[in-house]
Amino acid sequence: MGTTTARRIRIEPILFHTINGIFMLVLAIVTLYPFLHTLTISFNEGNDALRGGIYIWPRSWSLQNYKAIFLSGTIYHAAWISVARTITSTVIGVFLTAMLAYTLAQPHYLFRKIIGLIFVLTMYFNAGLIPNYFLIKSLGLLNNFWVYVLPGMVNAFNLIVIRTYIRTLPSGLVESAKMDGAGDFTIFLRIILPLCTPVLATISLFIAVGSWNTWFDTFLYASSDLKLSTLQYEMMKLLGSTMSSNNDPGLMAGANTNQTKAMVTPSSIRAAITIVAAVPILFVYPFLQRYFIVGMNLGSVKE
Amino acid sequence: MAETILSKRPKKEQKIDPEIGVGLSWKTIKNQKQLILMSFPIVIYILIFNYVPIWGWLMAFQNYRPALKFSKQQWVGLKHFKFLFQDDTFLTVLRNTLAMSMINLVLSFATAIILALLLNEIKVRFWKRSIQTISYLPHFLSWIIAAGIVATSLSVDDGIVNQLLMKMHIITEPIMWLSEGKYFWGIVGLSNVWKEVGWNTIIYLAAITSIDPSLYESAGIDGANRYQKILYVTLPGIKSTFIILLIMNIGHILDAGFEIQYLLGNGLIVDWSQTIDIFVLKYGIAQGNYSLATAAGIFKTVVSIILILIANSTAKRLGEERLI
Repeated sequence: MGTTTARRIRIEPILFHTINGIFMLVLAIVTLYPFLHTLTISFNEGNDALRGGIYIWPRSWSLQNYKAIFLSGTIYHAAWISVARTITSTVIGVFLTAMLAYTLAQPHYLFRKIIGLIFVLTMYFNAGLIPNYFLIKSLGLLNNFWVYVLPGMVNAFNLIVIRTYIRTLPSGLVESAKMDGAGDFTIFLRIILPLCTPVLATISLFIAVGSWNTWFDTFLYASSDLKLSTLQYEMMKLLGSTMSSNNDPGLMAGANTNQTKAMVTPSSIRAAITIVAAVPILFVYPFLQRYFIVGMNLGSVKE
Repeated sequence: MAETILSKRPKKEQKIDPEIGVGLSWKTIKNQKQLILMSFPIVIYILIFNYVPIWGWLMAFQNYRPALKFSKQQWVGLKHFKFLFQDDTFLTVLRNTLAMSMINLVLSFATAIILALLLNEIKVRFWKRSIQTISYLPHFLSWIIAAGIVATSLSVDDGIVNQLLMKMHIITEPIMWLSEGKYFWGIVGLSNVWKEVGWNTIIYLAAITSIDPSLYESAGIDGANRYQKILYVTLPGIKSTFIILLIMNIGHILDAGFEIQYLLGNGLIVDWSQTIDIFVLKYGIAQGNYSLATAAGIFKTVVSIILILIANSTAKRLGEERLI
């Protein structure tokens, strides 16, 4: 458009794009500023930061916050539990979801419809917190590492995404492999899985991010076992302590026994943990962007 | 039921090869032995983790005490449900949940659609991708991180929000944002927008991409300007996506979220911040009143299912795409 010579038609696009550009810039700043600010606080001396007036450049550089975190045993163990639960959940979850998705993608499979229904229904109802709590309890999963892996292992959304993707693969692949005498499990493992790499990357990201970010399962099912505490749960306790500023959680107590006592505050420690917890995700997601966009859209396909 | 909400996607054909045959017979079961072996364990897993707990709904009709056997439990009928609807706390909690849900629903749809429309107008690929990448970022962070950031931004001493408002002379002294109930719903709504707006646009951008370009061309030939094209081509093009998402979200109207309210709520504003989920947690897990908490949970699920069915049949009657 705008090919005519009339001047007002030429001005309009420039005006529009300028305003749009400014809007996008504001959006980017509003989204990014809080992270830059948190990063800055994490590199600033704790007591100095309390005076305020710090924006995106530290006033008094210090690594004390990170030192305090990495010198206290709590955070190492919590980070290790977070990493372990994320990897375990992702590997098992993706494999099982893909395996089921493969069977549901076979148009001749007898139980395809009924199994599909069983899964789709779980998207719309939930027994609720209390019955689920009793289930976890009676399965002996309270204060057990597997409570981080088992409950949300296979979910309907991820299943639909992978199944939709498998259906876009040529159906001749499965049939010709069958002619050659391969069983379904072999076909799944040797042919379908390798071809599904992009969608598996998406689902891995979804499961990994979900697992990494959760604190509620620790809170509900494993809070009495300090050995099962996760990074997010430690942050949750810190957030509570900075907002009510009366009780010191384990991490602060650990930090205060070191020589760092005077320099760190709960909020500066919180900033540093925020960065520690956010960094793995910040590094991964931009590279997976083109995959998860496709994944989101496949997932919205209904059946 | 194999339509997609991406209007350009061709409908799936599921022709069944007559030579293979899919009738229920021993021969088919034998042929599909591996498929059955691959799927049934996972189905049993789902039955255990998603369907077995529904048995627990019986607790809502009992004065459940964990120490007793099932046969020894005392049945009390609808007592707990009656209690809920006469309980001021529950009614407040219900109001908060509905209010925050409605605010979230309207804000998230409006902002996602507007952002998608504006992103779609950006022609420079690098710029568009950069903005998208940035806008997705908060989605990938936990609510703990997000709530911490919100709390920091709103803090009285040096929170950026108070500082900005004071520099612009809109307020003269810092506001204690998180200590006054009247601000809480708005804070939750805006925090949700900040965290999810980029993510929510993905699906609309895909819908916009799938609109036939010739529609824009012919609109252009007819003399439509940018805004008319948005109004008469783009918006109708994303209507079916919008309606499906609306139906899905209406079913979750009693899920106002839980984490942000739990993390940012405090004693001062409890009358504005508590949601049904927090109520369930408090009565159920913390105080051990399992029956009452289960009743509240059932209420939530039943309302969701009814709302989904109503929304779905309304969409059907209006001739729109529907979910079920």
